[in-house]
Amino acid sequence: MNHNKVDQYRRQFLAQATAVAGVSLASGVILNTVHAKPADQAASSKNRWGILIDANKCGTGCNKCVSACHEEHGVPTLGKPATDAQWIRKVKLTDKQTGHVQSIPMMCQHCANPPCVDVCPTNASMKRADGVVLVDKHACIGCRYCMMACPYNARSFVHEKTTEQKYPRGKGTVESCTLCVRRIDDPNGPYDPACVEACNAEGHRAMWFGDLKDPNSEISGRLKQYGGEQIRSDLGLNTGIRYQNLT
Amino acid sequence: MFLNNKIIALMVALVLPVVVQADSLLPEPPKAKKKYSEKTQCVESVEEMRKNHMSYILHQRDETLRKGIRTKQYSLKECINCHNAPAEDGKVARTGESEHFCSTCHIYAAVQIDCFSCHSDKPANTQYRHKLSLQDTSYHLNVATQNLTSDTLELLASDTKEGQQ
Repeated sequence: MNHNKVDQYRRQFLAQATAVAGVSLASGVILNTVHAKPADQAASSKNRWGILIDANKCGTGCNKCVSACHEEHGVPTLGKPATDAQWIRKVKLTDKQTGHVQSIPMMCQHCANPPCVDVCPTNASMKRADGVVLVDKHACIGCRYCMMACPYNARSFVHEKTTEQKYPRGKGTVESCTLCVRRIDDPNGPYDPACVEACNAEGHRAMWFGDLKDPNSEISGRLKQYGGEQIRSDLGLNTGIRYQNLT
Repeated sequence: MFLNNKIIALMVALVLPVVVQADSLLPEPPKAKKKYSEKTQCVESVEEMRKNHMSYILHQRDETLRKGIRTKQYSLKECINCHNAPAEDGKVARTGESEHFCSTCHIYAAVQIDCFSCHSDKPANTQYRHKLSLQDTSYHLNVATQNLTSDTLELLASDTKEGQQ
């Protein structure tokens, strides 16, 4: 028993020591803090926000990113799967040959060339300078062309009247993942989006949020070192959400 | 002359009660809980705000949504936070009720607004991030200080057991 404990402590010590080494070795990478955007400054094209998702670390059956997102934005589940809004969902991928199962979160991929923006008749579907793709619900007429144009099925239409919303959302407009734009704009931020935060808290640590244009950001470092895939890269949309270890 | 006086007296008698009554029906929007500045009280002078509040909000909404500029001065959220704060018993007026700051005048003027079909009509939680973020630790900056998760500990325990067998 004692022996076990010693062993465990040793492992814990080693794990932490390695972690410390990781931090100090990569101090230029990890500790390079992103400067918060002052409230009176516009989002800049010097940044491009994105998320990197490691499919191997994402837990099959874990739904924390989805529930965190929907809780944060007050997106209700009304028990109507055909019409309930979905800002993020889990997708199960099964390799028929080997039976290998993977599960990944799927949401707005924040394309650099977003088809939803191309087709929008009122310019409601828009991309911010820092790459975040949003719906301007003031201009949205609810035609849902963007939903048809999106190859990722990332957008939802609000069918029901909203009363207890935590984030502006209303009947008759289209909505989707905002990359937690309020957290990005927070004068003390940018903070990780709710999904990333939930994933880390759950211990999966399958998601990294950061600035793809900053060569010193952790996400850029990881992408440079290990590479990353875009889903439907053949469409040439240059997505801000990248995946690793998809099989 | 006599006739004229009589008519005037009659008109005064008829009109006066109406004027008095109309006066009491004027909307009385709830006072803000705090002042933006001592000089202007609200974010602009009261006269200016009564006349042009819609232009300020309209301008700000595009700045915020499309550019990410989130200054508080002309933000609709701050209007609500200050003018429609909960009463002492915790009750908050909802849109459409005459006690709601915006509805008070808009009911009177019969101008229908649709701001609150999307926006919240009551003060937003200032800590808008859901409860997880109370820990307020970004994992990536705290690798070394993170405690091992229960999963890891279980794994460690099972590892050592296997090692003994």
